[in-house]
Amino acid sequence: MAKYMILIYGDAAQWDAMTEEQWQAHNAGHAAFAAKAGTRVLDGRQLENTPTATSLRADVHGQVHTTDGPFLETKEGIGGYYLLEASDLDEVLELAQLLPELNYTHSGLEIRPVVERG
Amino acid sequence: MVAAVAEAYRRDWAVVLSTTAQLTRDLDLAEEHTQDAYAQALQTWEATGIPDRPGAWLTTTARNRALDALRRDSVFRRRMPLLVTDETTRGPEDALDDDRLRLIFTCTHPALSTDAQVALTLRLVCGLSTPEVARAFLVPPATMAARITRAKKKIAAARIPYRVPGPDQLDERVSAVLEVVHLIFTTGHTAPFGADLVRRDLTDGAIGLARLLHLLMPTNAETTALLALLLLNAARQDTREADDGRLLLLSEQDRTRWDRRLIAEGQSLLTEALLRRPPTRYALQAAISALHAEAPSWADTDWEEIVSLYDLLLQLWPSPVVELNRAVAIGMRDGPRAGLDALTPLLADPALATYHYLSATRADFLRRLEHWPQAVTAYREALALTDNEVERTFLTERLSEVERNL
Repeated sequence: MAKYMILIYGDAAQWDAMTEEQWQAHNAGHAAFAAKAGTRVLDGRQLENTPTATSLRADVHGQVHTTDGPFLETKEGIGGYYLLEASDLDEVLELAQLLPELNYTHSGLEIRPVVERG
Repeated sequence: MVAAVAEAYRRDWAVVLSTTAQLTRDLDLAEEHTQDAYAQALQTWEATGIPDRPGAWLTTTARNRALDALRRDSVFRRRMPLLVTDETTRGPEDALDDDRLRLIFTCTHPALSTDAQVALTLRLVCGLSTPEVARAFLVPPATMAARITRAKKKIAAARIPYRVPGPDQLDERVSAVLEVVHLIFTTGHTAPFGADLVRRDLTDGAIGLARLLHLLMPTNAETTALLALLLLNAARQDTREADDGRLLLLSEQDRTRWDRRLIAEGQSLLTEALLRRPPTRYALQAAISALHAEAPSWADTDWEEIVSLYDLLLQLWPSPVVELNRAVAIGMRDGPRAGLDALTPLLADPALATYHYLSATRADFLRRLEHWPQAVTAYREALALTDNEVERTFLTERLSEVERNL
């Protein structure tokens, strides 16, 4: 078995503009995903939108600067994640099809294998 | 002896490598042991003669080398990400075909970029060397080596499974494989760069792949249709270049030199593909190719039928390139004026802005209409857009012919 992180990307403005019914459908999608994935989901959370983010970055002198906002200023930011356990990439790809972010063109998913050591 | 090994290389490379990969669960190691097995064949067969079944000899040799290495390096290997395979253990004898399919589906997994899919397929399935693969895409060998290494790393680290996809995904994944095979063929059929019009290592590699896929999935209509298409196009390969290296158009080719054996095989495969289900994109393309193959001359081609096949193809596969070919057929059916009209909407298509066939086709219609100054401009545009030297020679000749009429 291996671990994978599913990073959920999307445009926060579009998420904010969703109606109550749209959110219900959206949450039902996540529930369907969770039901199908079962114990394979090790963790999964929605994150507050990127305006709430705080970034830290060191300059060439080793001085750490704290800034308001996400690490990369892009229209689409990370809105949530799942940490999954699966036997291979195809298993994750199949489960990920259920996530409601794929019903919109502004959002999408990035799947990253987690480094295993030892 | 060298010839026997070369023949075994062409025929058995994919079997030896894919079977070894099932054991090593590491594509790099499988590649290394496969190469070593062929090197050993060169020496051993010299002394002992060619074995009855060279493929089995090579597979066993590569397997034994892999087993030795596994015993030697077991500690080190525990820290490497391994290929994900189904845990069934089978003998090498009954599972050969299956292993080649695993390898093909792994190389063409959608999580890999198209460039990487093509490079991996040529290297691992067709057995082309890395410099040969690099030459096909005009990149330095080091760049291609890095691309292949990166792709193999991703297969291991992201755990892209070494497996034939299940029934619910099979059709989609087969389509992706066929697309790679088609791309390899078209790259070889009119090489985008350099002095050769045809890169036979690529076209032969693509046909070999299509034959293998057809053998392993005989009831898959799309596969059958693609093999038909490749054979029908390959049948004309030898007549596309004049003795002086000039490009010959379909209208100028010596039809008596077309390979009738390949055409017959292509036609019968096409019939088979068309019987099985509604025509696919490749079946329609093959049907168009077959009509050309059957026609006694360019003028006596069934242009009516070809235009309607292009109409069907456009519905299935809306593409500006198909529209361009349809315009050529209309030009033959109804004359150059109608052809030029059919071409006009395409001139604004950004997808075709740098496509030299569009300028060349337009130039040809204008030439036939004797609109000399416009034809000159169009030929010059086509020349500016192509890097294939054989095609450039052809276009330069046409340009000077038109300029004499100014």
